[in-house]
Amino acid sequence: MKDAILALLAKEPAHGYELRGRLAAALGPAGGALNPGQVYVTLSRLERSGLVRSETVGQASQPDKKVYELTSAGRDQVETWLSDLSWSKVAPVEFHLKLVAAALTRLADPVSLVDAQRLELLRQLHELQELAQAEPAGSEGGLLIEGAALRLQADIRWLEACEQWWLDRGPG
Amino acid sequence: MSDPVIEARGLVRRYPGEPAPVRAVDGVDLVVEPGETVSVMGPSGCGKSTLLHLLGGLERPDEGEIHLGGRRVDGLSETEWAVLRRRTVGFVFQAFHLVDELTAIENVELPALLAGSSRRAARQRAQELLDRLEVGARAGHLPDRLSGGERQRVAVARAVINEPLVVLADEPTGNLDSHATGEILGLFSDLGAAGQTLLIVTHDARVAATADRLLTMRDGAIVAQTRLGEGSTPATALAGLLDLGGA
Repeated sequence: MKDAILALLAKEPAHGYELRGRLAAALGPAGGALNPGQVYVTLSRLERSGLVRSETVGQASQPDKKVYELTSAGRDQVETWLSDLSWSKVAPVEFHLKLVAAALTRLADPVSLVDAQRLELLRQLHELQELAQAEPAGSEGGLLIEGAALRLQADIRWLEACEQWWLDRGPG
Repeated sequence: MSDPVIEARGLVRRYPGEPAPVRAVDGVDLVVEPGETVSVMGPSGCGKSTLLHLLGGLERPDEGEIHLGGRRVDGLSETEWAVLRRRTVGFVFQAFHLVDELTAIENVELPALLAGSSRRAARQRAQELLDRLEVGARAGHLPDRLSGGERQRVAVARAVINEPLVVLADEPTGNLDSHATGEILGLFSDLGAAGQTLLIVTHDARVAATADRLLTMRDGAIVAQTRLGEGSTPATALAGLLDLGGA
């Protein structure tokens, strides 16, 4: 979130309200879950780190507002972020270890854990599909939901592989 | 309360095998209420297609009872089933099963004609359905001139033309690409929203997730089930899914 806010400021100086609106639009239905204070808190942190600076602008009929702009350190950070290849987690390590531990300790049947987990992921996929249907065709938010849905589908396929592996292994 | 659309108790179906017969369906109880969409998932060979065949009268159970719309049907003869199927059950198959020599609209109107509808009424209803499924312009084409997605839309139109009590779909997207799968998904959602009762057997997670209720089968038995679309509200659920909380 911090890097996205910085990058949005690379276009032109803006105040917190504008940034929040732009982020919410990009996130689509998820934008509603964006905590209003989050953008302002993030901006204060960025200012303390010297990546943005602010200027208070007086307004005639409304309270003064703060306009933020990138510092040169902030601009460098944006360039670093854009070329950074790190990716949010892709391997379901914890669940894998849970199955191994369940089998070792015999505290639970791995196959039953897989069954329950699969139903939970399908429940989440159902919710994403409902949200996707409610999105206008071609929206930015719809594209994000598609990404989330495709990842869930991949996880569900992996759970099928888990089911088969633990079934072949047999009890004990 | 109206009767459940499907009520099955203790269904068993055995196939010959060595050293012992294989129990393809092994003691399944299932109730499907009017207007519900239920999907059945499970690995190949888990018995999900056999279950669907039993419920639609394409195979007979070795044990157990089946009631469709409150009527007991497991003991019906082949002829009685043929009559019942026309009015009560609409099938959608992975391989479409359209008649190659008939045009799209002729395929759709066939079940209506067999059920005693006039030519004119059948033709009109078939065209309405094809229009609604956005393949109306392809009505005069033979199946081999249609894409996979179009063929499956025609098959869905054929399945619903007699306003069946239930549509039974066996891997309906198994032969379709991702885009056509999306179209068929939308179609099932629309049918469900219009009150059509649906039972869908699939191993495609996207298809399964459109249902109101989801069953998992393994070794001929239902091993897990859940209701979908209940519980947390979508906005917070999505924030969790996208990991926005502490971002």
